[in-house]
Amino acid sequence: MRLEYHVVGRDFQAAGGAAAKIKRTLRQIGIDAETARRVGIVAYEAEMNIVIHAYRGTVGIDILPERVNIYADDEGPGISDIALAMQVGYSTAPEDIREMGFGAGLGLPNMKRYSDELEVESQVGSGTSIRAVINLPTKEGS
Amino acid sequence: MGQLFHSVLLIEEKCRGCTRCIKNCPTEAIRVRAGKARINAERCTDCGECIRTCDNHAKTAITDSLSRLKDFEHVIALPAPALFSQFGREVDPQRVLAALIDIGFDDIFEVAYGADIATFLTVEYLKRRRKRGPAISAACPAVVRLIQVRFPALIDCLIPVDSPMACSGKLAKERKSQELEIPKENIGAFFITPCPAKVTWVREANKLGTFPVDGAISISDVYGEIAKRVPEISPPYPKLKASPTGVGWGRSGGERIAAKIAKSLVVDGIHNVIDVLEQLEMGKLSDIEFVEAQACIGGCVGGALTVLNPFIGRMNLEALVDKSEMPPNLFEELDKGLNLRNRLGEFAIQPDIVAVPAFRLDQDVSRAITKAEMIEKVVSELPGLDCGSCGSPHCRALAEDIVQGLAVDTDCVLKLREEIEILAEQLLEMAKKSPPALKENNTFSKPGE
Repeated sequence: MRLEYHVVGRDFQAAGGAAAKIKRTLRQIGIDAETARRVGIVAYEAEMNIVIHAYRGTVGIDILPERVNIYADDEGPGISDIALAMQVGYSTAPEDIREMGFGAGLGLPNMKRYSDELEVESQVGSGTSIRAVINLPTKEGS
Repeated sequence: MGQLFHSVLLIEEKCRGCTRCIKNCPTEAIRVRAGKARINAERCTDCGECIRTCDNHAKTAITDSLSRLKDFEHVIALPAPALFSQFGREVDPQRVLAALIDIGFDDIFEVAYGADIATFLTVEYLKRRRKRGPAISAACPAVVRLIQVRFPALIDCLIPVDSPMACSGKLAKERKSQELEIPKENIGAFFITPCPAKVTWVREANKLGTFPVDGAISISDVYGEIAKRVPEISPPYPKLKASPTGVGWGRSGGERIAAKIAKSLVVDGIHNVIDVLEQLEMGKLSDIEFVEAQACIGGCVGGALTVLNPFIGRMNLEALVDKSEMPPNLFEELDKGLNLRNRLGEFAIQPDIVAVPAFRLDQDVSRAITKAEMIEKVVSELPGLDCGSCGSPHCRALAEDIVQGLAVDTDCVLKLREEIEILAEQLLEMAKKSPPALKENNTFSKPGE
């Protein structure tokens, strides 16, 4: 199944709402707690990246029998150096956002850490697309 | 598996079927059906939030009554530190203990002293802990239950040591059984509790095995009896054994102060706790070492079974803490006296804390996914007002109830109105129709013209 949510740039009031809804559904489906947590973290970071950096975008997940795909597409400034953005602590977030406690330069590194596959595509001046995969644990025995 | 016991319950006659409690329940455990609130046993955490928010006082807590004292040869009261906060700043806590004896207990073992032990166990556990990231105190039973139901990924982060209540029960029975040379089974230990969640914990733990506490009596039930006796009770008074930091566990922040853990986060009030747990689940706050989370505002002094306003209770308790002197080498003495360091295993939390999948839509994952898809569809067709008139806390919860066969879409008053409107339009259409014999300008024409 697919869950998709619109995210508005700079809307810190609603920020985290999409990830919270995703976590709620995963809990209802009965996906194991640790996997649900990882999906929640990746979706949250993707959502926050849009809130902090982009004008608008969507965050969504596809739940498949063996994995969860997470995607995020935004209209925004894009990332000029993806390799640099993947480094812990590197951030282009403006000062006012950092003062709010966001933009610590952990977004993409966290997404990489908690997902099994991560692809980031970006065009400067146009936007960024992220695709992440989290595999579901295979059933042991039987 | 037997029916899950819950301390929190509904008084049917008092419930008027309003929607206040369903809106405020942190685990969405309540629905209003047929004009009465219904509590889902699997989801309820006994946090007491509904007791506090019900204007009709239709929610209450089952606790043990003093009549149970006669079931045992020897009975020990285990007063929560919060009890001391209920009688004003000037009251000598030793008089409170003496009043408990006068009510019918044979002996006292302060839970504040158990808190001193729990502090020691917490510090020892944190020293030995291998897992990285914040460790969460398991002292508040409503928070533990909340984690089991809503945050199962955080179960591993709970500090698996006995609560002050359990530590007290264990040591009290051990000592008395040696001293009086009677079996532990003949000794009854009763927690004087500020909250319903402890009542539930004691009942459930006793169902699953032997537990050192036999029952829980609410502070509000003994309050009057103690208050009456305190002014005139004569010595000898039982001596207060607990340290001020042990007594301080009765209010939020007390655990952190007692254990002296620098990187600590203290949070109270169940909705604030949920907010912090959400962040912990997201891997945030990873530099924090210790999280003290309490379901009630103010901590145990704010428990649903206390009498005073939580902030006044807090002030009273802090006055007592400030007045008392910290004994030197408290933890060394405790360790020496009780041989704690070699008995850490005996103070492991019981019962085991396991995930409670109370939100799962179906045992079968693919069926659960189908249901989740249906929920998305149903929720998109609901008005999104989250008014609660249907008896579910918000539109999404109604959608879940509809998909689970526990409600129908016309339970939504706006949906119902929509359908009535459609029906009314159809009726009007039909009412306008008249038989050909009555119609003017009938254009029936002869064939062939």
